[in-house]
Amino acid sequence: MADPVDDDRPTALRWLGAFGHFWWEFLIGDTPELFVGAVAVIGILALLCLHVHLRTAAACVAPVLVTLVLVASVWRAARTHVP
Amino acid sequence: MTLLASTAPTGALVLVTAVFLASAVEMVEALTIVLAVGVTRGWRSALEGVAVAVAVLAALVGLVGPPLVHWVPLSALRLVVGGLLLVFGLQWLRKAVLRAAGLKAKHDEDAIFAEHVAELEATPKTTGRDATAFTVAFKGVFLEGLEVIVIVITLGSTSHPSRLGLAAAAAAAAALVVGVVGLVVHRQLSGVPENAMKMGVGLMLVSFGTFWSAEGVHVTWPGSDLAVPVLVAWYGLVAWLVVTALKRRAGQPAPGLASAGGPAHG
Repeated sequence: MADPVDDDRPTALRWLGAFGHFWWEFLIGDTPELFVGAVAVIGILALLCLHVHLRTAAACVAPVLVTLVLVASVWRAARTHVP
Repeated sequence: MTLLASTAPTGALVLVTAVFLASAVEMVEALTIVLAVGVTRGWRSALEGVAVAVAVLAALVGLVGPPLVHWVPLSALRLVVGGLLLVFGLQWLRKAVLRAAGLKAKHDEDAIFAEHVAELEATPKTTGRDATAFTVAFKGVFLEGLEVIVIVITLGSTSHPSRLGLAAAAAAAAALVVGVVGLVVHRQLSGVPENAMKMGVGLMLVSFGTFWSAEGVHVTWPGSDLAVPVLVAWYGLVAWLVVTALKRRAGQPAPGLASAGGPAHG
Protein backbone atom coordinates (compact mmCIF):
# COMPACT_ATOMS: atom_id res chain seq x y z
CA MET A 1 0.00 0.00 0.00
CA ALA A 2 1.23 3.49 -0.77
CA ASP A 3 1.89 5.83 2.13
CA PRO A 4 -1.33 7.88 2.51
CA VAL A 5 0.68 11.04 3.17
CA ASP A 6 2.64 10.77 -0.12
CA ASP A 7 -0.28 9.32 -2.05
CA ASP A 8 -1.06 11.71 -4.93
CA ARG A 9 -3.43 9.38 -6.77
CA PRO A 10 -6.93 10.70 -7.58
CA THR A 11 -9.44 10.25 -4.76
CA ALA A 12 -11.50 7.72 -6.74
CA LEU A 13 -8.41 5.54 -7.28
CA ARG A 14 -7.46 5.76 -3.61
CA TRP A 15 -11.00 4.74 -2.58
CA LEU A 16 -10.91 1.88 -5.09
CA GLY A 17 -7.54 0.76 -3.75
CA ALA A 18 -8.78 0.93 -0.16
CA PHE A 19 -11.94 -1.01 -1.13
CA GLY A 20 -9.87 -3.72 -2.82
CA HIS A 21 -7.47 -3.84 0.12
CA PHE A 22 -10.39 -4.22 2.55
CA TRP A 23 -11.84 -7.20 0.67
CA TRP A 24 -8.38 -8.75 0.19
CA GLU A 25 -7.79 -8.59 3.95
CA PHE A 26 -11.36 -9.71 4.66
CA LEU A 27 -11.31 -12.79 2.41
CA ILE A 28 -7.67 -13.74 2.08
CA GLY A 29 -5.50 -11.99 4.69
CA ASP A 30 -2.85 -14.31 6.11
CA THR A 31 -4.76 -17.50 5.23
CA PRO A 32 -4.80 -17.67 1.41
CA GLU A 33 -5.05 -21.47 1.65
CA LEU A 34 -8.60 -21.16 3.04
CA PHE A 35 -9.74 -19.01 0.10
CA VAL A 36 -8.04 -21.22 -2.49
CA GLY A 37 -9.30 -24.34 -0.70
CA ALA A 38 -12.92 -23.12 -0.59
CA VAL A 39 -12.83 -22.21 -4.31
CA ALA A 40 -11.31 -25.63 -5.09
CA VAL A 41 -14.03 -27.43 -3.07
CA ILE A 42 -16.80 -25.58 -4.92
CA GLY A 43 -15.07 -26.31 -8.25
CA ILE A 44 -14.82 -30.05 -7.49
CA LEU A 45 -18.48 -30.16 -6.41
CA ALA A 46 -19.51 -28.33 -9.59
CA LEU A 47 -17.62 -30.89 -11.69
CA LEU A 48 -19.26 -33.78 -9.80
CA CYS A 49 -22.69 -32.25 -10.28
CA LEU A 50 -22.25 -32.23 -14.07
CA HIS A 51 -23.26 -35.90 -13.71
CA VAL A 52 -26.83 -35.80 -12.40
CA HIS A 53 -26.55 -39.22 -10.68
CA LEU A 54 -23.60 -37.96 -8.57
CA ARG A 55 -25.46 -34.97 -7.09
CA THR A 56 -26.44 -36.80 -3.90
CA ALA A 57 -23.01 -38.41 -3.51
CA ALA A 58 -21.50 -34.90 -3.78
CA ALA A 59 -23.38 -34.00 -0.57
CA CYS A 60 -21.23 -36.56 1.29
CA VAL A 61 -18.04 -35.39 -0.42
CA ALA A 62 -18.59 -31.69 0.41
CA PRO A 63 -18.02 -31.80 4.20
CA VAL A 64 -15.05 -34.16 3.76
CA LEU A 65 -13.35 -31.75 1.35
CA VAL A 66 -14.06 -28.75 3.59
CA THR A 67 -12.66 -30.70 6.55
CA LEU A 68 -9.46 -31.38 4.60
CA VAL A 69 -9.08 -27.65 3.89
CA LEU A 70 -9.58 -26.75 7.57
CA VAL A 71 -7.23 -29.44 8.88
CA ALA A 72 -4.54 -28.52 6.35
CA SER A 73 -4.72 -24.84 7.36
CA VAL A 74 -4.64 -25.62 11.10
CA TRP A 75 -1.77 -28.05 10.54
CA ARG A 76 0.14 -25.37 8.62
CA ALA A 77 -0.35 -22.93 11.52
CA ALA A 78 0.64 -25.55 14.10
CA ARG A 79 3.84 -26.40 12.24
CA THR A 80 4.96 -22.78 12.11
CA HIS A 81 3.91 -22.09 15.74
CA VAL A 82 6.78 -21.13 18.02
CA PRO A 83 6.02 -22.06 21.68
CA MET B 1 -42.74 -28.86 -0.11
CA THR B 2 -43.98 -30.61 3.04
CA LEU B 3 -40.42 -31.57 3.98
CA LEU B 4 -39.18 -28.03 3.35
CA ALA B 5 -41.97 -26.59 5.48
CA SER B 6 -41.31 -29.00 8.32
CA THR B 7 -37.54 -28.37 8.37
CA ALA B 8 -37.73 -24.58 7.97
CA PRO B 9 -37.81 -23.87 11.76
CA THR B 10 -34.54 -25.83 12.19
CA GLY B 11 -32.81 -23.62 9.60
CA ALA B 12 -34.29 -20.49 11.20
CA LEU B 13 -33.09 -21.54 14.65
CA VAL B 14 -29.55 -22.20 13.43
CA LEU B 15 -29.60 -18.89 11.53
CA VAL B 16 -30.79 -16.89 14.55
CA THR B 17 -28.23 -18.60 16.82
CA ALA B 18 -25.37 -17.94 14.38
CA VAL B 19 -26.26 -14.27 13.88
CA PHE B 20 -26.93 -13.68 17.59
CA LEU B 21 -23.60 -15.22 18.68
CA ALA B 22 -21.59 -13.49 15.95
CA SER B 23 -23.19 -10.15 16.80
CA ALA B 24 -22.65 -10.67 20.54
CA VAL B 25 -18.95 -11.50 20.08
CA GLU B 26 -18.33 -8.47 17.88
CA MET B 27 -20.37 -6.20 20.16
CA VAL B 28 -18.35 -7.29 23.21
CA GLU B 29 -15.23 -6.14 21.34
CA ALA B 30 -16.92 -2.89 20.29
CA LEU B 31 -18.15 -2.30 23.86
CA THR B 32 -14.57 -2.51 25.16
CA ILE B 33 -13.57 0.30 22.79
CA VAL B 34 -16.64 2.45 23.52
CA LEU B 35 -16.19 2.09 27.29
CA ALA B 36 -12.51 3.06 27.00
CA VAL B 37 -13.54 6.16 25.02
CA GLY B 38 -16.39 7.06 27.38
CA VAL B 39 -14.34 6.66 30.53
CA THR B 40 -11.34 8.66 29.28
CA ARG B 41 -12.89 11.28 26.97
CA GLY B 42 -16.51 11.64 28.13
CA TRP B 43 -19.70 9.96 27.00
CA ARG B 44 -21.34 12.51 24.71
CA SER B 45 -18.99 12.24 21.73
CA ALA B 46 -18.49 8.50 22.33
CA LEU B 47 -22.24 7.83 22.16
CA GLU B 48 -22.59 10.11 19.12
CA GLY B 49 -19.94 7.99 17.38
CA VAL B 50 -21.83 4.82 18.33
CA ALA B 51 -25.15 6.23 17.08
CA VAL B 52 -23.72 7.29 13.69
CA ALA B 53 -21.96 3.92 13.24
CA VAL B 54 -25.17 2.00 14.03
CA ALA B 55 -27.11 4.21 11.59
CA VAL B 56 -24.56 3.61 8.80
CA LEU B 57 -24.57 -0.16 9.44
CA ALA B 58 -28.38 -0.27 9.41
CA ALA B 59 -28.41 1.73 6.16
CA LEU B 60 -25.96 -0.77 4.64
CA VAL B 61 -28.29 -3.68 5.45
CA GLY B 62 -31.23 -1.73 4.02
CA LEU B 63 -29.35 -0.75 0.84
CA VAL B 64 -27.62 -4.04 0.05
CA GLY B 65 -29.97 -6.71 1.47
CA PRO B 66 -33.31 -6.17 -0.32
CA PRO B 67 -31.79 -5.70 -3.83
CA LEU B 68 -29.87 -8.98 -3.35
CA VAL B 69 -33.07 -10.77 -2.36
CA HIS B 70 -35.21 -9.34 -5.17
CA TRP B 71 -32.89 -9.07 -8.17
CA VAL B 72 -30.22 -11.78 -7.92
CA PRO B 73 -31.29 -15.37 -8.83
CA LEU B 74 -31.34 -17.55 -5.71
CA SER B 75 -28.98 -20.24 -7.05
CA ALA B 76 -26.34 -17.64 -8.06
CA LEU B 77 -26.77 -15.86 -4.73
CA ARG B 78 -26.33 -19.12 -2.82
CA LEU B 79 -23.19 -20.03 -4.78
CA VAL B 80 -21.47 -16.66 -4.22
CA VAL B 81 -22.75 -16.07 -0.70
CA GLY B 82 -22.16 -19.72 0.26
CA GLY B 83 -18.57 -19.44 -0.93
CA LEU B 84 -18.16 -16.19 1.02
CA LEU B 85 -19.62 -17.78 4.17
CA LEU B 86 -17.41 -20.83 3.72
CA VAL B 87 -14.21 -18.75 3.58
CA PHE B 88 -15.36 -16.49 6.40
CA GLY B 89 -16.48 -19.43 8.59
CA LEU B 90 -13.24 -21.35 7.98
CA GLN B 91 -11.30 -18.26 9.15
CA TRP B 92 -13.36 -18.05 12.39
CA LEU B 93 -13.19 -21.80 13.02
CA ARG B 94 -9.45 -22.00 12.36
CA LYS B 95 -8.76 -19.19 14.86
CA ALA B 96 -11.06 -20.74 17.47
CA VAL B 97 -9.41 -24.16 17.08
CA LEU B 98 -5.92 -22.67 17.38
CA ARG B 99 -6.99 -20.69 20.48
CA ALA B 100 -8.61 -23.75 22.10
CA ALA B 101 -5.41 -25.73 21.44
CA GLY B 102 -3.31 -22.98 23.02
CA LEU B 103 -1.51 -22.15 19.76
CA LYS B 104 -2.94 -18.63 19.52
CA ALA B 105 -3.43 -16.05 22.27
CA LYS B 106 -7.04 -15.62 23.36
CA HIS B 107 -8.75 -12.25 23.11
CA ASP B 108 -8.00 -10.35 26.34
CA GLU B 109 -10.59 -7.58 26.78
CA ASP B 110 -8.87 -6.30 29.95
CA ALA B 111 -5.56 -5.79 28.12
CA ILE B 112 -7.29 -4.24 25.09
CA PHE B 113 -9.25 -1.88 27.36
CA ALA B 114 -6.06 -0.77 29.18
CA GLU B 115 -4.30 -0.25 25.84
CA HIS B 116 -7.12 1.95 24.48
CA VAL B 117 -7.32 3.95 27.72
CA ALA B 118 -3.56 4.64 27.64
CA GLU B 119 -3.71 5.74 23.98
CA LEU B 120 -6.74 7.99 24.52
CA GLU B 121 -5.31 9.62 27.64
CA ALA B 122 -2.16 10.49 25.70
CA THR B 123 -4.19 12.42 23.09
CA PRO B 124 -4.86 16.07 24.06
CA LYS B 125 -8.51 16.96 24.72
CA THR B 126 -10.24 19.73 22.80
CA THR B 127 -13.10 21.98 23.83
CA GLY B 128 -16.58 21.28 22.43
CA ARG B 129 -17.17 18.10 20.44
CA ASP B 130 -14.34 15.63 20.97
CA ALA B 131 -13.34 14.49 17.46
CA THR B 132 -10.99 11.80 18.79
CA ALA B 133 -13.69 10.25 21.01
CA PHE B 134 -16.24 10.38 18.17
CA THR B 135 -13.85 8.84 15.61
CA VAL B 136 -12.54 6.06 17.86
CA ALA B 137 -16.05 5.07 19.00
CA PHE B 138 -17.38 5.26 15.41
CA LYS B 139 -14.53 3.15 14.00
CA GLY B 140 -14.78 0.61 16.81
CA VAL B 141 -18.49 0.01 16.34
CA PHE B 142 -18.44 0.29 12.53
CA LEU B 143 -15.52 -2.08 11.93
CA GLU B 144 -16.70 -4.68 14.45
CA GLY B 145 -20.25 -4.31 13.12
CA LEU B 146 -19.19 -4.75 9.50
CA GLU B 147 -18.50 -8.46 10.02
CA VAL B 148 -21.95 -8.80 11.59
CA ILE B 149 -23.53 -7.00 8.63
CA VAL B 150 -21.84 -9.38 6.18
CA ILE B 151 -23.19 -12.33 8.20
CA VAL B 152 -26.69 -10.78 8.47
CA ILE B 153 -26.90 -10.03 4.74
CA THR B 154 -25.45 -13.35 3.59
CA LEU B 155 -27.38 -15.60 5.98
CA GLY B 156 -30.58 -13.55 5.73
CA SER B 157 -30.73 -13.11 1.97
CA THR B 158 -29.91 -16.70 0.94
CA SER B 159 -32.68 -18.30 2.98
CA HIS B 160 -35.86 -19.15 1.12
CA PRO B 161 -38.11 -17.42 1.96
CA SER B 162 -35.76 -14.54 2.78
CA ARG B 163 -35.01 -14.17 6.49
CA LEU B 164 -33.20 -10.85 6.24
CA GLY B 165 -35.51 -9.25 8.81
CA LEU B 166 -35.10 -12.18 11.21
CA ALA B 167 -31.29 -12.07 10.87
CA ALA B 168 -31.24 -8.29 11.40
CA ALA B 169 -33.48 -8.66 14.46
CA ALA B 170 -31.17 -11.33 15.94
CA ALA B 171 -28.15 -9.06 15.43
CA ALA B 172 -29.97 -6.08 16.95
CA ALA B 173 -31.08 -8.18 19.94
CA ALA B 174 -27.49 -9.30 20.60
CA ALA B 175 -26.21 -5.72 20.34
CA LEU B 176 -28.95 -4.60 22.73
CA VAL B 177 -28.22 -7.37 25.26
CA VAL B 178 -24.45 -6.70 25.21
CA GLY B 179 -25.01 -2.92 25.36
CA VAL B 180 -27.44 -3.11 28.30
CA VAL B 181 -25.24 -5.57 30.23
CA GLY B 182 -22.21 -3.37 29.55
CA LEU B 183 -24.03 -0.26 30.77
CA VAL B 184 -25.37 -2.03 33.88
CA VAL B 185 -22.05 -3.52 34.97
CA HIS B 186 -20.23 -0.46 33.55
CA ARG B 187 -17.15 -2.37 32.53
CA GLN B 188 -15.77 -4.36 29.64
CA LEU B 189 -17.12 -7.91 29.48
CA SER B 190 -13.88 -9.83 29.99
CA GLY B 191 -15.70 -12.82 31.53
CA VAL B 192 -17.62 -13.60 28.33
CA PRO B 193 -16.50 -16.95 26.84
CA GLU B 194 -15.56 -15.34 23.53
CA ASN B 195 -13.66 -18.31 22.11
CA ALA B 196 -16.54 -20.72 22.69
CA MET B 197 -18.88 -18.25 20.99
CA LYS B 198 -16.46 -17.82 18.09
CA MET B 199 -16.18 -21.60 17.80
CA GLY B 200 -19.98 -21.85 17.66
CA VAL B 201 -20.26 -19.11 15.04
CA GLY B 202 -17.43 -20.64 13.00
CA LEU B 203 -19.16 -24.05 13.04
CA MET B 204 -22.43 -22.55 11.87
CA LEU B 205 -20.92 -20.33 9.20
CA VAL B 206 -18.90 -23.23 7.75
CA SER B 207 -22.04 -25.40 7.83
CA PHE B 208 -24.22 -22.80 6.08
CA GLY B 209 -21.34 -22.05 3.68
CA THR B 210 -20.98 -25.74 2.77
CA PHE B 211 -24.75 -26.15 2.42
CA TRP B 212 -25.44 -23.13 0.23
CA SER B 213 -22.33 -23.17 -1.94
CA ALA B 214 -23.06 -26.85 -2.66
CA GLU B 215 -26.73 -26.07 -3.42
CA GLY B 216 -25.48 -23.30 -5.73
CA VAL B 217 -23.76 -25.94 -7.88
CA HIS B 218 -26.84 -28.25 -7.69
CA VAL B 219 -25.74 -30.71 -5.00
CA THR B 220 -28.80 -32.59 -3.65
CA TRP B 221 -28.77 -32.65 0.16
CA PRO B 222 -30.50 -35.68 1.71
CA GLY B 223 -33.11 -34.32 4.16
CA SER B 224 -32.93 -30.82 2.63
CA ASP B 225 -32.51 -28.19 5.40
CA LEU B 226 -32.03 -30.94 8.01
CA ALA B 227 -28.53 -31.37 6.57
CA VAL B 228 -27.48 -28.07 8.24
CA PRO B 229 -27.57 -29.33 11.87
CA VAL B 230 -25.89 -32.56 10.71
CA LEU B 231 -23.10 -30.47 9.17
CA VAL B 232 -22.80 -28.43 12.41
CA ALA B 233 -22.40 -31.70 14.38
CA TRP B 234 -19.84 -33.05 11.88
CA TYR B 235 -17.68 -29.93 11.95
CA GLY B 236 -18.02 -29.80 15.76
CA LEU B 237 -16.65 -33.34 15.95
CA VAL B 238 -13.82 -32.45 13.57
CA ALA B 239 -12.93 -29.34 15.60
CA TRP B 240 -12.88 -31.35 18.84
CA LEU B 241 -10.68 -34.04 17.28
CA VAL B 242 -8.24 -31.47 15.87
CA VAL B 243 -7.99 -29.62 19.22
CA THR B 244 -7.45 -32.95 21.01
CA ALA B 245 -4.72 -33.97 18.55
CA LEU B 246 -2.97 -30.60 18.82
CA LYS B 247 -3.06 -30.69 22.63
CA ARG B 248 -1.71 -34.26 22.69
CA ARG B 249 1.08 -33.21 20.34
CA ALA B 250 1.95 -30.32 22.65
CA GLY B 251 1.80 -32.59 25.72
CA GLN B 252 -1.25 -30.83 27.22
CA PRO B 253 -4.25 -32.62 28.76
CA ALA B 254 -6.98 -33.52 26.26
CA PRO B 255 -9.74 -30.89 26.08
CA GLY B 256 -13.30 -31.04 27.30
CA LEU B 257 -15.75 -28.70 25.65
CA ALA B 258 -14.96 -26.16 28.39
CA SER B 259 -11.40 -25.66 27.22
CA ALA B 260 -12.69 -24.05 24.06
CA GLY B 261 -15.06 -22.01 26.09
CA GLY B 262 -12.98 -20.59 28.88
CA PRO B 263 -13.11 -16.90 29.58
CA ALA B 264 -11.22 -14.86 27.05
CA HIS B 265 -8.18 -14.22 29.13
CA GLY B 266 -4.79 -14.12 27.43
